[in-house]
Amino acid sequence: MTGTFSWNLLADLREMWSLPFMLNAFRAGTIVAVPAALVGWFMVLRRQSFAGHTLAMVGFPGAAAAVWLGIGATVGYLAFGVLAALLFALLPAGRGGGDESSAVGTVQALALASGMLFVALYKGFLNGTSALLFGSFLGITSRQVVLLGVVAAVALTVLALVGRPLLFASVDGDVARAHGVPVRSLGGVFLVLLGVTAAEVGQITGALLVFALLVLPPATVQVLTTRPARGLAASVLLAVVTVWVALFAAYYSPYPLGFWLTTIAFGGFVLAYAGRAVVDRIGRLAVAP
Amino acid sequence: MFAHPFLQNAFLAGTFVALAAGLVGWFLVLRAQVFTADVLSHVAFTGALAALAAGLDARIGLFAVTLLVALAMGALGRRARPGDVVIGGVFAWVLGLGVFFLTLYTTVRSGTGNGSAGVTVLFGSIFGLTASRAVGTAVVALVICALLLLLARPLLFASLDENVAAARGVPVRLLGFAFLLLVGGTAAESTQVVGALLILGLLAAPAGAAHRLTTRPLRGLALSAGIAVASVWIGLTASFLVPVLPPSFAILAVASLTYLGAAVGTRLRGTRPTVVER
Repeated sequence: MTGTFSWNLLADLREMWSLPFMLNAFRAGTIVAVPAALVGWFMVLRRQSFAGHTLAMVGFPGAAAAVWLGIGATVGYLAFGVLAALLFALLPAGRGGGDESSAVGTVQALALASGMLFVALYKGFLNGTSALLFGSFLGITSRQVVLLGVVAAVALTVLALVGRPLLFASVDGDVARAHGVPVRSLGGVFLVLLGVTAAEVGQITGALLVFALLVLPPATVQVLTTRPARGLAASVLLAVVTVWVALFAAYYSPYPLGFWLTTIAFGGFVLAYAGRAVVDRIGRLAVAP
Repeated sequence: MFAHPFLQNAFLAGTFVALAAGLVGWFLVLRAQVFTADVLSHVAFTGALAALAAGLDARIGLFAVTLLVALAMGALGRRARPGDVVIGGVFAWVLGLGVFFLTLYTTVRSGTGNGSAGVTVLFGSIFGLTASRAVGTAVVALVICALLLLLARPLLFASLDENVAAARGVPVRLLGFAFLLLVGGTAAESTQVVGALLILGLLAAPAGAAHRLTTRPLRGLALSAGIAVASVWIGLTASFLVPVLPPSFAILAVASLTYLGAAVGTRLRGTRPTVVER
Protein backbone atom coordinates (compact mmCIF):
# COMPACT_ATOMS: atom_id res chain seq x y z
CA MET A 1 0.00 0.00 0.00
CA THR A 2 1.26 3.43 -0.76
CA GLY A 3 -0.91 6.49 -0.54
CA THR A 4 0.45 9.99 -0.23
CA PHE A 5 1.06 10.81 3.39
CA SER A 6 0.37 14.29 4.70
CA TRP A 7 0.95 15.45 8.25
CA ASN A 8 -2.73 16.23 8.55
CA LEU A 9 -3.56 12.97 10.29
CA LEU A 10 -7.31 13.49 10.26
CA ALA A 11 -7.27 13.92 6.51
CA ASP A 12 -5.15 10.80 6.23
CA LEU A 13 -7.60 8.85 8.33
CA ARG A 14 -10.50 10.11 6.24
CA GLU A 15 -8.66 9.07 3.09
CA MET A 16 -7.94 5.58 4.42
CA TRP A 17 -11.42 5.08 5.76
CA SER A 18 -12.94 5.95 2.42
CA LEU A 19 -11.63 2.57 1.31
CA PRO A 20 -13.89 -0.18 2.65
CA PHE A 21 -11.05 -2.69 3.16
CA MET A 22 -9.05 -0.22 5.24
CA LEU A 23 -12.11 0.60 7.30
CA ASN A 24 -12.59 -3.10 7.95
CA ALA A 25 -8.91 -3.49 8.78
CA PHE A 26 -9.13 -0.72 11.39
CA ARG A 27 -12.34 -2.20 12.83
CA ALA A 28 -10.97 -5.72 12.99
CA GLY A 29 -7.60 -4.56 14.33
CA THR A 30 -9.23 -2.62 17.14
CA ILE A 31 -11.57 -5.50 17.98
CA VAL A 32 -8.79 -8.07 18.30
CA ALA A 33 -6.37 -5.72 20.08
CA VAL A 34 -8.62 -5.53 23.16
CA PRO A 35 -8.85 -9.24 24.06
CA ALA A 36 -5.23 -9.73 22.94
CA ALA A 37 -4.03 -7.11 25.41
CA LEU A 38 -6.15 -8.38 28.31
CA VAL A 39 -5.54 -12.10 27.82
CA GLY A 40 -1.91 -11.34 26.99
CA TRP A 41 -1.50 -9.50 30.29
CA PHE A 42 -2.53 -12.64 32.16
CA MET A 43 -0.34 -14.76 29.88
CA VAL A 44 2.75 -12.71 30.73
CA LEU A 45 1.83 -12.80 34.41
CA ARG A 46 1.43 -16.58 34.32
CA ARG A 47 4.63 -17.03 32.26
CA GLN A 48 2.80 -18.99 29.58
CA SER A 49 4.35 -17.29 26.56
CA PHE A 50 5.41 -20.60 25.06
CA ALA A 51 1.89 -22.01 25.29
CA GLY A 52 0.54 -18.76 23.86
CA HIS A 53 2.89 -18.87 20.93
CA THR A 54 2.05 -22.50 20.27
CA LEU A 55 -1.69 -21.81 20.38
CA ALA A 56 -1.08 -19.07 17.85
CA MET A 57 0.87 -21.40 15.57
CA VAL A 58 -1.90 -23.97 15.71
CA GLY A 59 -4.01 -21.49 13.74
CA PHE A 60 -1.94 -22.27 10.67
CA PRO A 61 -2.96 -25.93 10.29
CA GLY A 62 -6.45 -24.92 11.36
CA ALA A 63 -6.84 -22.42 8.58
CA ALA A 64 -5.05 -24.66 6.07
CA ALA A 65 -7.39 -27.56 6.91
CA ALA A 66 -10.41 -25.30 6.62
CA VAL A 67 -9.31 -24.06 3.21
CA TRP A 68 -8.57 -27.60 2.07
CA LEU A 69 -12.01 -28.81 3.18
CA GLY A 70 -13.69 -25.71 1.80
CA ILE A 71 -15.04 -24.24 5.02
CA GLY A 72 -14.29 -20.74 6.24
CA ALA A 73 -10.79 -20.10 7.59
CA THR A 74 -12.26 -18.44 10.69
CA VAL A 75 -13.85 -21.72 11.75
CA GLY A 76 -10.54 -23.51 11.26
CA TYR A 77 -8.59 -20.99 13.33
CA LEU A 78 -11.07 -21.17 16.20
CA ALA A 79 -11.56 -24.95 16.17
CA PHE A 80 -7.85 -25.77 16.21
CA GLY A 81 -7.07 -23.07 18.76
CA VAL A 82 -9.68 -24.38 21.20
CA LEU A 83 -8.71 -28.02 20.60
CA ALA A 84 -5.04 -27.37 21.28
CA ALA A 85 -5.94 -25.35 24.38
CA LEU A 86 -7.99 -28.26 25.73
CA LEU A 87 -5.09 -30.60 25.01
CA PHE A 88 -2.73 -28.39 27.02
CA ALA A 89 -5.26 -28.19 29.82
CA LEU A 90 -5.14 -31.99 30.05
CA LEU A 91 -1.36 -32.04 30.47
CA PRO A 92 -0.37 -33.06 33.98
CA ALA A 93 -0.29 -29.85 35.96
CA GLY A 94 2.12 -28.42 38.44
CA ARG A 95 5.30 -30.11 37.39
CA GLY A 96 6.21 -27.42 34.90
CA GLY A 97 9.72 -27.15 33.62
CA GLY A 98 11.20 -29.06 30.75
CA ASP A 99 8.73 -31.91 30.79
CA GLU A 100 5.72 -29.72 30.06
CA SER A 101 7.56 -27.54 27.60
CA SER A 102 8.73 -30.52 25.60
CA ALA A 103 5.08 -31.53 25.25
CA VAL A 104 4.14 -28.02 24.14
CA GLY A 105 7.02 -27.95 21.68
CA THR A 106 6.04 -31.30 20.24
CA VAL A 107 2.45 -30.16 19.75
CA GLN A 108 3.65 -27.01 18.03
CA ALA A 109 5.96 -28.78 15.61
CA LEU A 110 3.38 -31.44 14.81
CA ALA A 111 0.73 -28.76 14.24
CA LEU A 112 2.96 -26.90 11.81
CA ALA A 113 3.89 -30.10 10.03
CA SER A 114 0.20 -30.99 9.69
CA GLY A 115 -0.42 -27.52 8.30
CA MET A 116 2.18 -28.26 5.70
CA LEU A 117 0.50 -31.57 4.91
CA PHE A 118 -2.88 -29.84 4.43
CA VAL A 119 -1.22 -27.32 2.15
CA ALA A 120 0.33 -30.15 0.16
CA LEU A 121 -3.02 -31.90 -0.10
CA TYR A 122 -4.59 -28.68 -1.34
CA LYS A 123 -2.32 -28.14 -4.29
CA GLY A 124 -1.28 -24.80 -5.71
CA PHE A 125 -1.58 -22.94 -2.47
CA LEU A 126 1.86 -21.43 -2.12
CA ASN A 127 0.84 -17.80 -1.86
CA GLY A 128 -1.93 -18.78 0.50
CA THR A 129 0.68 -20.28 2.81
CA SER A 130 2.39 -16.93 3.19
CA ALA A 131 -0.96 -15.25 3.86
CA LEU A 132 -1.82 -17.77 6.57
CA LEU A 133 1.57 -17.38 8.22
CA PHE A 134 2.06 -13.66 7.82
CA GLY A 135 -1.49 -12.41 7.55
CA SER A 136 -3.19 -10.07 5.18
CA PHE A 137 -5.31 -7.23 6.45
CA LEU A 138 -6.55 -6.33 2.99
CA GLY A 139 -9.15 -9.01 2.53
CA ILE A 140 -11.17 -8.65 5.72
CA THR A 141 -14.87 -8.70 4.96
CA SER A 142 -17.63 -7.00 6.96
CA ARG A 143 -19.01 -10.41 7.89
CA GLN A 144 -15.65 -11.39 9.31
CA VAL A 145 -15.57 -8.20 11.36
CA VAL A 146 -18.96 -9.05 12.87
CA LEU A 147 -17.82 -12.59 13.65
CA LEU A 148 -14.59 -11.32 15.22
CA GLY A 149 -16.64 -8.87 17.29
CA VAL A 150 -19.01 -11.53 18.58
CA VAL A 151 -16.22 -13.94 19.51
CA ALA A 152 -14.26 -11.13 21.17
CA ALA A 153 -17.34 -10.12 23.18
CA VAL A 154 -17.82 -13.69 24.40
CA ALA A 155 -14.15 -14.01 25.31
CA LEU A 156 -14.18 -10.71 27.19
CA THR A 157 -17.32 -11.69 29.10
CA VAL A 158 -15.75 -14.95 30.21
CA LEU A 159 -12.56 -13.14 31.18
CA ALA A 160 -14.55 -10.61 33.20
CA LEU A 161 -16.30 -13.45 35.04
CA VAL A 162 -13.13 -15.36 35.93
CA GLY A 163 -10.84 -12.32 36.16
CA ARG A 164 -10.60 -11.96 39.94
CA PRO A 165 -10.04 -15.61 40.89
CA LEU A 166 -7.77 -16.01 37.87
CA LEU A 167 -5.61 -13.14 39.11
CA PHE A 168 -5.44 -14.73 42.54
CA ALA A 169 -4.55 -18.13 41.09
CA SER A 170 -1.93 -16.61 38.79
CA VAL A 171 -0.18 -14.60 41.48
CA ASP A 172 -0.08 -17.33 44.11
CA GLY A 173 -1.47 -20.67 43.05
CA ASP A 174 -0.88 -22.47 46.34
CA VAL A 175 -2.56 -19.89 48.54
CA ALA A 176 -5.44 -19.65 46.08
CA ARG A 177 -5.90 -23.42 46.19
CA ALA A 178 -5.91 -23.34 49.96
CA HIS A 179 -8.69 -20.75 49.81
CA GLY A 180 -10.79 -23.09 47.69
CA VAL A 181 -10.15 -21.43 44.33
CA PRO A 182 -10.35 -24.09 41.58
CA VAL A 183 -6.87 -23.30 40.28
CA ARG A 184 -6.71 -26.13 37.80
CA SER A 185 -10.01 -25.52 36.05
CA LEU A 186 -9.25 -21.81 35.97
CA GLY A 187 -5.99 -22.65 34.22
CA GLY A 188 -7.96 -24.67 31.66
CA VAL A 189 -10.47 -21.89 31.09
CA PHE A 190 -7.63 -19.45 30.64
CA LEU A 191 -5.90 -21.67 28.07
CA VAL A 192 -9.13 -21.86 26.05
CA LEU A 193 -9.42 -18.07 26.24
CA LEU A 194 -5.84 -17.82 25.06
CA GLY A 195 -6.58 -20.18 22.18
CA VAL A 196 -9.65 -18.20 21.11
CA THR A 197 -7.77 -14.91 21.32
CA ALA A 198 -4.85 -16.26 19.33
CA ALA A 199 -7.28 -17.49 16.69
CA GLU A 200 -8.85 -14.03 16.50
CA VAL A 201 -5.58 -12.18 16.18
CA GLY A 202 -4.20 -14.76 13.77
CA GLN A 203 -6.74 -13.89 11.11
CA ILE A 204 -5.25 -10.42 10.81
CA THR A 205 -1.59 -10.81 11.64
CA GLY A 206 -1.14 -14.38 10.47
CA ALA A 207 -0.20 -17.28 12.71
CA LEU A 208 3.47 -16.34 13.04
CA LEU A 209 2.93 -12.80 14.27
CA VAL A 210 0.05 -13.21 16.72
CA PHE A 211 2.61 -13.31 19.42
CA ALA A 212 3.63 -9.67 18.93
CA LEU A 213 0.22 -8.41 19.95
CA LEU A 214 -0.20 -10.97 22.72
CA VAL A 215 3.10 -10.51 24.49
CA LEU A 216 4.62 -7.13 23.75
CA PRO A 217 2.02 -4.59 24.99
CA PRO A 218 1.45 -6.48 28.28
CA ALA A 219 5.19 -7.06 28.75
CA THR A 220 5.83 -3.36 28.20
CA VAL A 221 3.15 -2.42 30.69
CA GLN A 222 4.40 -4.87 33.31
CA VAL A 223 7.79 -3.22 33.19
CA LEU A 224 6.10 0.05 34.15
CA THR A 225 3.40 -0.93 36.63
CA THR A 226 2.53 -3.98 38.69
CA ARG A 227 -0.96 -2.82 39.64
CA PRO A 228 -3.50 -5.04 37.90
CA ALA A 229 -6.29 -2.59 37.04
CA ARG A 230 -3.92 0.07 35.79
CA GLY A 231 -1.81 -2.51 33.96
CA LEU A 232 -4.79 -4.04 32.15
CA ALA A 233 -6.09 -0.62 31.06
CA ALA A 234 -2.68 0.57 29.89
CA SER A 235 -2.12 -2.71 28.08
CA VAL A 236 -5.35 -2.30 26.08
CA LEU A 237 -4.50 1.30 25.27
CA LEU A 238 -1.02 0.38 24.12
CA ALA A 239 -2.25 -2.52 21.99
CA VAL A 240 -4.89 -0.40 20.24
CA VAL A 241 -2.42 2.44 19.61
CA THR A 242 0.12 -0.07 18.27
CA VAL A 243 -2.40 -1.54 15.84
CA TRP A 244 -3.51 1.89 14.63
CA VAL A 245 -0.01 3.21 14.11
CA ALA A 246 0.99 -0.03 12.39
CA LEU A 247 -2.00 0.14 10.03
CA PHE A 248 -1.09 3.76 9.27
CA ALA A 249 2.51 2.86 8.53
CA ALA A 250 1.61 -0.22 6.50
CA TYR A 251 -0.80 1.80 4.37
CA TYR A 252 1.74 4.47 3.54
CA SER A 253 4.79 2.25 3.07
CA PRO A 254 5.65 -0.75 0.92
CA TYR A 255 6.39 -2.94 3.94
CA PRO A 256 3.93 -5.40 5.45
CA LEU A 257 1.72 -4.85 8.46
CA GLY A 258 3.39 -7.60 10.47
CA PHE A 259 6.75 -5.87 10.27
CA TRP A 260 5.35 -2.56 11.51
CA LEU A 261 3.25 -4.16 14.20
CA THR A 262 6.16 -6.06 15.71
CA THR A 263 8.65 -3.21 15.30
CA ILE A 264 6.42 -0.59 16.90
CA ALA A 265 5.48 -2.88 19.75
CA PHE A 266 9.09 -3.91 20.31
CA GLY A 267 10.21 -0.28 20.20
CA GLY A 268 7.78 0.49 23.00
CA PHE A 269 9.08 -2.47 24.99
CA VAL A 270 12.71 -1.37 24.64
CA LEU A 271 11.83 2.23 25.55
CA ALA A 272 9.97 1.08 28.66
CA TYR A 273 12.82 -1.21 29.66
CA ALA A 274 15.45 1.51 29.19
CA GLY A 275 13.28 4.12 30.90
CA ARG A 276 12.77 1.83 33.86
CA ALA A 277 16.49 1.17 34.16
CA VAL A 278 17.28 4.92 34.09
CA VAL A 279 14.60 5.74 36.68
CA ASP A 280 15.83 2.93 38.95
CA ARG A 281 19.40 4.17 38.73
CA ILE A 282 18.38 7.75 39.51
CA GLY A 283 16.33 6.46 42.42
CA ARG A 284 19.31 4.53 43.78
CA LEU A 285 21.56 7.56 43.41
CA ALA A 286 19.01 9.71 45.24
CA VAL A 287 18.81 7.23 48.13
CA ALA A 288 22.55 6.77 48.46
CA PRO A 289 23.91 10.05 49.82
CA MET B 1 15.36 -47.04 -2.80
CA PHE B 2 18.93 -45.97 -2.21
CA ALA B 3 19.61 -45.90 -5.93
CA HIS B 4 18.28 -42.33 -5.93
CA PRO B 5 21.03 -39.84 -5.13
CA PHE B 6 18.59 -37.33 -3.61
CA LEU B 7 17.54 -39.94 -1.09
CA GLN B 8 21.14 -40.79 -0.22
CA ASN B 9 21.79 -37.11 0.43
CA ALA B 10 18.64 -36.81 2.49
CA PHE B 11 19.60 -39.80 4.64
CA LEU B 12 23.17 -38.58 5.07
CA ALA B 13 22.24 -35.05 6.18
CA GLY B 14 19.13 -36.17 8.06
CA THR B 15 20.93 -38.77 10.16
CA PHE B 16 23.58 -36.42 11.49
CA VAL B 17 21.24 -33.50 12.00
CA ALA B 18 18.94 -35.80 13.97
CA LEU B 19 21.89 -37.00 16.03
CA ALA B 20 22.81 -33.43 16.96
CA ALA B 21 19.19 -32.46 17.59
CA GLY B 22 18.64 -35.48 19.83
CA LEU B 23 21.69 -34.74 21.98
CA VAL B 24 21.13 -30.98 22.21
CA GLY B 25 17.42 -31.54 22.78
CA TRP B 26 18.05 -33.76 25.79
CA PHE B 27 19.89 -30.92 27.53
CA LEU B 28 17.26 -28.42 26.40
CA VAL B 29 14.52 -30.37 28.12
CA LEU B 30 16.69 -30.91 31.20
CA ARG B 31 17.37 -27.18 31.45
CA ALA B 32 13.74 -26.27 30.60
CA GLN B 33 14.92 -24.14 27.70
CA VAL B 34 12.70 -25.51 24.94
CA PHE B 35 11.17 -22.08 24.41
CA THR B 36 14.64 -20.66 23.78
CA ALA B 37 15.19 -23.25 21.08
CA ASP B 38 11.84 -22.31 19.58
CA VAL B 39 12.96 -18.70 19.33
CA LEU B 40 16.34 -19.58 17.87
CA SER B 41 14.74 -21.70 15.18
CA HIS B 42 12.53 -18.79 14.18
CA VAL B 43 15.54 -16.51 14.22
CA ALA B 44 17.10 -18.87 11.71
CA PHE B 45 14.23 -18.03 9.38
CA THR B 46 14.90 -14.30 9.67
CA GLY B 47 18.63 -14.81 9.21
CA ALA B 48 18.21 -16.87 6.06
CA LEU B 49 15.86 -14.36 4.50
CA ALA B 50 18.05 -11.42 5.47
CA ALA B 51 20.98 -13.04 3.70
CA LEU B 52 18.83 -13.84 0.65
CA ALA B 53 17.56 -10.26 0.55
CA ALA B 54 21.14 -9.00 0.69
CA GLY B 55 22.10 -11.36 -2.11
CA LEU B 56 24.25 -13.64 0.01
CA ASP B 57 24.17 -17.37 0.56
CA ALA B 58 21.33 -18.22 2.94
CA ARG B 59 23.68 -20.29 5.13
CA ILE B 60 25.82 -17.25 6.04
CA GLY B 61 22.76 -15.45 7.35
CA LEU B 62 21.49 -18.56 9.08
CA PHE B 63 24.58 -19.11 11.17
CA ALA B 64 25.58 -15.47 11.74
CA VAL B 65 22.16 -14.28 12.91
CA THR B 66 21.27 -17.37 14.91
CA LEU B 67 24.55 -17.41 16.82
CA LEU B 68 24.37 -13.64 17.44
CA VAL B 69 20.85 -13.83 18.83
CA ALA B 70 21.83 -16.82 20.96
CA LEU B 71 24.59 -14.72 22.54
CA ALA B 72 22.30 -11.71 22.96
CA MET B 73 19.63 -13.76 24.71
CA GLY B 74 22.24 -15.23 26.99
CA ALA B 75 23.50 -11.75 27.85
CA LEU B 76 19.98 -10.60 28.73
CA GLY B 77 19.25 -13.45 31.11
CA ARG B 78 20.49 -14.36 34.54
CA ARG B 79 23.41 -16.77 34.27
CA ALA B 80 22.83 -16.98 30.54
CA ARG B 81 19.30 -18.27 31.03
CA PRO B 82 16.98 -15.73 29.42
CA GLY B 83 13.59 -15.10 31.03
CA ASP B 84 10.18 -15.73 29.55
CA VAL B 85 9.29 -12.11 28.81
CA VAL B 86 12.63 -11.17 27.28
CA ILE B 87 12.53 -14.21 25.03
CA GLY B 88 8.97 -13.39 24.00
CA GLY B 89 9.75 -9.77 23.26
CA VAL B 90 12.83 -10.45 21.16
CA PHE B 91 11.03 -13.29 19.48
CA ALA B 92 8.04 -11.27 18.34
CA TRP B 93 10.25 -8.64 16.80
CA VAL B 94 12.54 -11.09 15.07
CA LEU B 95 9.55 -12.70 13.39
CA GLY B 96 8.41 -9.29 12.20
CA LEU B 97 11.86 -8.64 10.78
CA GLY B 98 11.67 -11.96 8.99
CA VAL B 99 8.50 -10.84 7.25
CA PHE B 100 10.20 -7.57 6.36
CA PHE B 101 13.10 -9.36 4.72
CA LEU B 102 10.72 -11.72 2.97
CA THR B 103 8.94 -8.74 1.43
CA LEU B 104 12.24 -7.12 0.55
CA TYR B 105 13.45 -10.33 -1.05
CA THR B 106 10.32 -10.98 -3.09
CA THR B 107 9.97 -7.37 -4.27
CA VAL B 108 13.61 -6.39 -4.83
CA ARG B 109 14.80 -9.69 -6.23
CA SER B 110 11.63 -10.86 -7.88
CA GLY B 111 13.69 -11.16 -11.08
CA THR B 112 15.22 -14.34 -9.68
CA GLY B 113 11.72 -15.76 -9.52
CA ASN B 114 11.97 -17.18 -6.05
CA GLY B 115 8.76 -16.25 -4.31
CA SER B 116 8.67 -19.62 -2.60
CA ALA B 117 11.95 -18.98 -0.75
CA GLY B 118 10.13 -18.10 2.45
CA VAL B 119 8.14 -21.31 2.42
CA THR B 120 11.25 -23.37 1.67
CA VAL B 121 13.15 -21.84 4.57
CA LEU B 122 10.21 -22.38 6.90
CA PHE B 123 9.49 -25.97 5.99
CA GLY B 124 12.80 -27.25 4.70
CA SER B 125 13.63 -29.12 1.53
CA ILE B 126 15.43 -32.27 2.52
CA PHE B 127 14.85 -33.93 -0.84
CA GLY B 128 16.41 -30.93 -2.57
CA LEU B 129 19.85 -31.18 -0.95
CA THR B 130 22.86 -31.45 -3.23
CA ALA B 131 25.60 -33.95 -2.42
CA SER B 132 28.13 -31.31 -1.35
CA ARG B 133 25.58 -29.56 0.84
CA ALA B 134 24.56 -32.84 2.45
CA VAL B 135 28.17 -33.63 3.30
CA GLY B 136 28.70 -30.12 4.65
CA THR B 137 25.59 -30.38 6.79
CA ALA B 138 26.69 -33.74 8.15
CA VAL B 139 30.14 -32.40 9.05
CA VAL B 140 28.77 -29.37 10.89
CA ALA B 141 26.32 -31.60 12.74
CA LEU B 142 29.14 -33.92 13.76
CA VAL B 143 31.17 -30.97 15.06
CA ILE B 144 28.18 -29.87 17.15
CA CYS B 145 27.81 -33.39 18.55
CA ALA B 146 31.52 -33.56 19.41
CA LEU B 147 31.48 -30.17 21.14
CA LEU B 148 28.39 -31.09 23.12
CA LEU B 149 29.90 -34.37 24.27
CA LEU B 150 33.03 -32.51 25.35
CA LEU B 151 30.92 -30.15 27.42
CA ALA B 152 28.51 -32.83 28.58
CA ARG B 153 29.86 -33.53 32.06
CA PRO B 154 30.19 -29.98 33.40
CA LEU B 155 27.03 -28.95 31.54
CA LEU B 156 25.09 -31.75 33.20
CA PHE B 157 26.37 -30.67 36.61
CA ALA B 158 25.54 -27.02 35.91
CA SER B 159 22.08 -27.94 34.65
CA LEU B 160 21.16 -30.14 37.60
CA ASP B 161 22.36 -27.88 40.36
CA GLU B 162 23.50 -24.50 39.22
CA ASN B 163 24.49 -23.18 42.63
CA VAL B 164 26.50 -26.16 43.79
CA ALA B 165 28.23 -26.28 40.40
CA ALA B 166 29.08 -22.58 40.65
CA ALA B 167 30.41 -23.10 44.16
CA ARG B 168 32.57 -25.96 42.89
CA GLY B 169 34.13 -23.60 40.37
CA VAL B 170 32.27 -24.78 37.28
CA PRO B 171 31.96 -21.78 34.92
CA VAL B 172 28.15 -21.90 34.90
CA ARG B 173 27.60 -18.71 32.95
CA LEU B 174 30.15 -19.58 30.30
CA LEU B 175 28.60 -23.02 29.90
CA GLY B 176 25.20 -21.40 29.49
CA PHE B 177 26.54 -19.29 26.64
CA ALA B 178 28.32 -22.22 25.02
CA PHE B 179 25.15 -24.27 25.19
CA LEU B 180 23.07 -21.47 23.66
CA LEU B 181 25.58 -21.27 20.82
CA LEU B 182 25.27 -25.01 20.25
CA VAL B 183 21.48 -24.69 20.19
CA GLY B 184 21.78 -21.84 17.72
CA GLY B 185 24.12 -23.87 15.57
CA THR B 186 21.77 -26.83 15.60
CA ALA B 187 18.81 -24.64 14.68
CA ALA B 188 20.68 -23.01 11.80
CA GLU B 189 21.99 -26.36 10.64
CA SER B 190 18.67 -28.17 10.70
CA THR B 191 16.80 -25.39 8.96
CA GLN B 192 18.02 -26.72 5.64
CA VAL B 193 16.78 -30.19 6.45
CA VAL B 194 13.43 -29.97 8.22
CA GLY B 195 12.88 -26.22 8.06
CA ALA B 196 12.97 -23.40 10.57
CA LEU B 197 9.47 -24.02 11.87
CA LEU B 198 9.80 -27.74 12.38
CA ILE B 199 13.22 -28.21 13.94
CA LEU B 200 11.58 -27.62 17.30
CA GLY B 201 9.87 -30.98 16.98
CA LEU B 202 13.14 -32.79 16.38
CA LEU B 203 14.63 -31.03 19.41
CA ALA B 204 11.67 -31.45 21.78
CA ALA B 205 9.90 -34.71 20.93
CA PRO B 206 12.71 -37.32 21.07
CA ALA B 207 14.23 -35.63 24.11
CA GLY B 208 10.87 -35.38 25.86
CA ALA B 209 10.25 -39.08 25.23
CA ALA B 210 13.72 -39.99 26.49
CA HIS B 211 13.22 -37.96 29.66
CA ARG B 212 9.99 -39.79 30.32
CA LEU B 213 11.55 -43.20 29.85
CA THR B 214 14.71 -42.78 31.88
CA THR B 215 16.37 -40.30 34.20
CA ARG B 216 19.86 -41.72 33.75
CA PRO B 217 21.87 -39.19 31.73
CA LEU B 218 23.91 -41.47 29.51
CA ARG B 219 21.00 -43.73 28.68
CA GLY B 220 18.76 -40.69 28.17
CA LEU B 221 21.17 -39.03 25.75
CA ALA B 222 21.57 -42.20 23.74
CA LEU B 223 17.84 -42.83 23.69
CA SER B 224 17.07 -39.28 22.63
CA ALA B 225 19.57 -39.37 19.78
CA GLY B 226 18.36 -42.84 18.79
CA ILE B 227 14.71 -41.80 18.64
CA ALA B 228 15.61 -38.71 16.60
CA VAL B 229 17.63 -40.72 14.07
CA ALA B 230 14.96 -43.41 13.84
CA SER B 231 12.29 -40.75 13.28
CA VAL B 232 14.25 -39.32 10.38
CA TRP B 233 14.83 -42.75 8.82
CA ILE B 234 11.23 -43.90 9.16
CA GLY B 235 9.93 -40.51 8.11
CA LEU B 236 12.06 -40.35 4.99
CA THR B 237 11.11 -43.88 4.00
CA ALA B 238 7.41 -43.19 4.53
CA SER B 239 7.65 -40.00 2.53
CA PHE B 240 9.42 -41.84 -0.27
CA LEU B 241 6.80 -44.58 -0.39
CA VAL B 242 3.80 -42.26 -0.02
CA PRO B 243 4.67 -39.22 -2.13
CA VAL B 244 1.78 -37.11 -0.85
CA LEU B 245 3.39 -36.95 2.59
CA PRO B 246 5.90 -34.09 2.81
CA PRO B 247 9.13 -35.46 4.35
CA SER B 248 9.13 -32.91 7.20
CA PHE B 249 5.63 -33.95 8.16
CA ALA B 250 6.46 -37.65 8.10
CA ILE B 251 9.57 -37.15 10.27
CA LEU B 252 7.73 -35.09 12.84
CA ALA B 253 4.73 -37.38 12.87
CA VAL B 254 6.99 -40.31 13.80
CA ALA B 255 8.78 -38.27 16.48
CA SER B 256 5.50 -37.02 17.97
CA LEU B 257 3.99 -40.50 17.99
CA THR B 258 7.03 -41.77 19.85
CA TYR B 259 6.60 -39.02 22.42
CA LEU B 260 2.91 -39.80 22.78
CA GLY B 261 3.71 -43.49 23.14
CA ALA B 262 6.29 -42.78 25.84
CA ALA B 263 3.92 -40.47 27.70
CA VAL B 264 0.95 -42.83 27.60
CA GLY B 265 3.04 -45.92 28.23
CA THR B 266 4.78 -44.61 31.31
CA ARG B 267 1.53 -43.27 32.69
CA LEU B 268 -0.37 -46.53 32.20
CA ARG B 269 2.36 -48.59 33.83
CA GLY B 270 2.76 -46.02 36.55
CA THR B 271 6.49 -46.44 36.36
CA ARG B 272 7.21 -42.90 35.35
CA PRO B 273 10.64 -42.02 36.75
CA THR B 274 10.59 -39.06 39.09
CA VAL B 275 11.74 -35.92 37.38
CA VAL B 276 15.22 -34.86 38.36
CA GLU B 277 14.99 -31.73 40.46
CA ARG B 278 16.50 -28.79 38.77
